[in-house]
Amino acid sequence: MRLPDKRCDIAAAVGRIKDGDTVMIGGFGVPGTPFTLIHTLVQHGARNLTVIKNDANEPDMGVDHLLRSGQVARLITTHLGLNSRAIEMMNSGAVAVEFNPQGILAERIRAGGSGLGGVLSDIGIGTELAKGKQVVEMQGKTYLVEPALRADVALIHADCVDTFGNLTYAATAQNFSPLMAMAAACVIVEAETVVLPGEIAANAVQTAGVFVDHVTQLENLTEEYAIVRR
Amino acid sequence: MSDARTRMIARAAREIAPGMVVNLGIGMPTQVVNHLASGIPVCLHTENGMTGVGPTLPPEQADRNLIDAGGAYVSTMPGSAFFDSATSFAMVRSGRLDLTMLGAFEVAANGDLANWKIPGKFSPGVGGGVELAQKARRVVVLTTHLDRAGKSKLKVKCTLPITAQACVARIFTDMAVIDVTADGFALIETAKGVSPEEVCAATDAPLILSHSPLPSF
Repeated sequence: MRLPDKRCDIAAAVGRIKDGDTVMIGGFGVPGTPFTLIHTLVQHGARNLTVIKNDANEPDMGVDHLLRSGQVARLITTHLGLNSRAIEMMNSGAVAVEFNPQGILAERIRAGGSGLGGVLSDIGIGTELAKGKQVVEMQGKTYLVEPALRADVALIHADCVDTFGNLTYAATAQNFSPLMAMAAACVIVEAETVVLPGEIAANAVQTAGVFVDHVTQLENLTEEYAIVRR
Repeated sequence: MSDARTRMIARAAREIAPGMVVNLGIGMPTQVVNHLASGIPVCLHTENGMTGVGPTLPPEQADRNLIDAGGAYVSTMPGSAFFDSATSFAMVRSGRLDLTMLGAFEVAANGDLANWKIPGKFSPGVGGGVELAQKARRVVVLTTHLDRAGKSKLKVKCTLPITAQACVARIFTDMAVIDVTADGFALIETAKGVSPEEVCAATDAPLILSHSPLPSF
């Protein structure tokens, strides 16, 4: 018995994304952003996408390419502070933006990946962030209902992945990726290194291969992955 | 940076006690780390998934995968840990942060904090600010006393959308240290060369003068 081999051509994997799909994209700033998968999605051209990502990177980096190409109809995010273009597009109505408190976005995704309908939280009560949210009383306390989030596809950057999809992240490149990798119907991984099963110690696996559908090897790391000099 | 602002940041650093887990917000709070006593046993947390945050590094020494929530390149130290965003905010919401230091647009006399949105002008999103403000065990604010138009940031009531209700315990400004008490703002310390009367005149809400003379920083 051996584990299935999920290696796949990157264009073929991204080609599964359809107009109108919801796409989760890992990363917090540069670390963990799957720049090559994003570029492939720009080339593929699927439109009217709902993108779920912590931030919108910076102008001319990562998700910004998808915004500029007009492929994103809706962005579910936490903070756009480093991307002035994203803020302009939000203000002009070119992209609908939904802001979530950062940990609540994480929990909504975690719930979606865990087969749950949502989570109860008191974060944002008494602020405009609570507007329109369902309120429930539970064990004598007041909570907001935060519905689970799921996606059609998740795009994930790994430091190292085996051909079955077991993978590791580097340092703070982890962020939202392990959660998103559980919450999408199809999970596409780009990795700096692809190895055979067994080469990543079982104890070191951070996302289990069962969650992963397609594994692609990065041929090179483009300038976008490098240190940003501001 | 003005001398008064540097002394404010140095004064705020004295808020950090040995053994604390601390989150320093983006902007002036981040600079508090430069004023900590060397060797102080403290664990810094950053929202993007790290505890044991070490000193910031210049680009030529940086690890491209190792940043703090403000995007600065940081380093590990003995005992650092990495984790995902859900774990990071589980720490915040479940009370593992002893202290957070945040910036502010406005603070109200009851401790309401507004620091995420100026409608029509500034709305980059709330990030992790709501959870830090609402759930850290102690929330202190570092801010200039006046905004760029010369208006007091310390208000009877916030005019901007609030980040969290009644969350602020103490405010460090370039003019004063002010506590939020059940009775409103209480003036605790003044900056060198600033009189209590000048602080009162620069503050929109009433100030309780707890004792006299006040220590200065």
